[in-house]
Amino acid sequence: MLDGARGLVRGFWTVLRHTTQPPTTVPYPEVKRVLPPAFRGRHRLYRHADGLERCIGCELCAAACPSAAIYVQAADNDPASPVSTGERYASIYEINMIRCIFCGYCEEACPVDAIRLGPEYELADFARPEFVYTKEMLLDPEKYAPRRQYHADVDSTDPELRRVIPEDEDLGEVYRTHRPLGAPIESPPEERHHPLA
Amino acid sequence: MSEVLIDVVRSLVVIIALLTGMAYMTWFERRVISRMQLRIGPNRVGPSGLAQPLADALKLFFKEDVSPAMADRFLYPLAPGISLVAALAAFVVLPIGPTISIAGRQIGLVIQDMPVALLYLIGASSLGVYGVVLGGWSSGSKYSLLGSLRGGAQVVSYELALGLALVGVVLVSGTLSIGAIVQEQAQSVPFVILQPLGFLLYFTAAIAETNRAPFDLPEAEQELVAGYHTEYSGFRFALYYIAEYVNVLTVSAIAATLFFGGWIGPFNVLNGPWWLLIKMTVFAFVFVWLRATLPRLRYDQLMRLSWGLLLPLGLLNVLVTAVLVVVFSGGGH
Repeated sequence: MLDGARGLVRGFWTVLRHTTQPPTTVPYPEVKRVLPPAFRGRHRLYRHADGLERCIGCELCAAACPSAAIYVQAADNDPASPVSTGERYASIYEINMIRCIFCGYCEEACPVDAIRLGPEYELADFARPEFVYTKEMLLDPEKYAPRRQYHADVDSTDPELRRVIPEDEDLGEVYRTHRPLGAPIESPPEERHHPLA
Repeated sequence: MSEVLIDVVRSLVVIIALLTGMAYMTWFERRVISRMQLRIGPNRVGPSGLAQPLADALKLFFKEDVSPAMADRFLYPLAPGISLVAALAAFVVLPIGPTISIAGRQIGLVIQDMPVALLYLIGASSLGVYGVVLGGWSSGSKYSLLGSLRGGAQVVSYELALGLALVGVVLVSGTLSIGAIVQEQAQSVPFVILQPLGFLLYFTAAIAETNRAPFDLPEAEQELVAGYHTEYSGFRFALYYIAEYVNVLTVSAIAATLFFGGWIGPFNVLNGPWWLLIKMTVFAFVFVWLRATLPRLRYDQLMRLSWGLLLPLGLLNVLVTAVLVVVFSGGGH
């Protein structure tokens, strides 16, 4: 009986004490949370330093996509004025953002680091066709993103965003490590770490 | 004629004040409980979310009024009204301030204080259960029925404890008129000092009467969807919702009036309706605090608390009070 009363008082005191603490809620549209560095939001297609597209139209991203959101049609590069560095380039590159589940398998599958998932997540729009992002939109998110976004950690004027990834750069996160297709896997199978497992 | 007019005006003032107060009670509850749970609460509509009750009301009024196929044609639409009328009716006898004179006329700030006001109060406050029972039964839904059965059993059990707790006040003051009870407290001390146990019993039973946490078994979301008002939507749901919060205000006002002197300030300082408002706000806060703290009682615990603890304590309280009144006043007032 006495224990019960003590428990009751403690409970009431705990609740009352919490009113003096600041709320943990983030008032979202005004305040935006700092995103983790590996946040997977809207896709971007990248270019080389000389302006050539990195995408070589191999369709590995489309094959890796579990929700069949990516459509790629490749075409041969004109040697006189190539679009990409490889033999071929993506003449059509579309991502259906309604189907996309932001798993990041496409950037994992990409042998040339052409596609990466960026920090933008405010992708709401009004009409369904608007959600099919074309190559132009993916190459220039600053211009085509449906809602211009600012993030506490990502400044749209940040040169890092427009930085061209050097061929041999180690991208850090385990699933972003570039491994040429068909290259032997160094680590023994049991140590292989699947990033999304 | 002018007597009728005065009554109409007084009633309108009380009804409008209660409905407005109820709306801001929901706002108050949501804001306070949010802070207790480290949230912010409604803060989008108007400054600090103050227009939120208005937005909620507008939304509910424009919702479709759905009626289940199995529902009783006559009682189903009627039941929410019973709940609301019963909730509002209790305020008829509660004085909100002293008698004032307007244009040479003495007007008491109470709709009707009768010699048996306290009896009327107990009767009116228990009428609300008809809305709960009839609403649940006439919905033709098992969840509603279970909720209303719980509501019926709960109100019957706690009614006794509630009545017994108020008997102590009647013994001490020697009157059933609430105006006289307030005057009595103005001359001596708030009755909570003379009736601390009575107050605790009353408040516990009153929470059960209003079907609020931790005694909200009739509308236990986790088991009964929404209990007796599961099938109600739109305006009729709003009526139940209004009735619940008006009941909270009424119960707070009764507790403030009978045990804390109502509109009488401490040591008769600045007597007026504002004191009642302040006391009601404190009680409203306690209601929210309770809801944020205590989990819902199990049904057998609910019954044991009433029949095994509150009722014996209530009887004891009446007995001890009666003996003390006789000893100290020599048997007469």
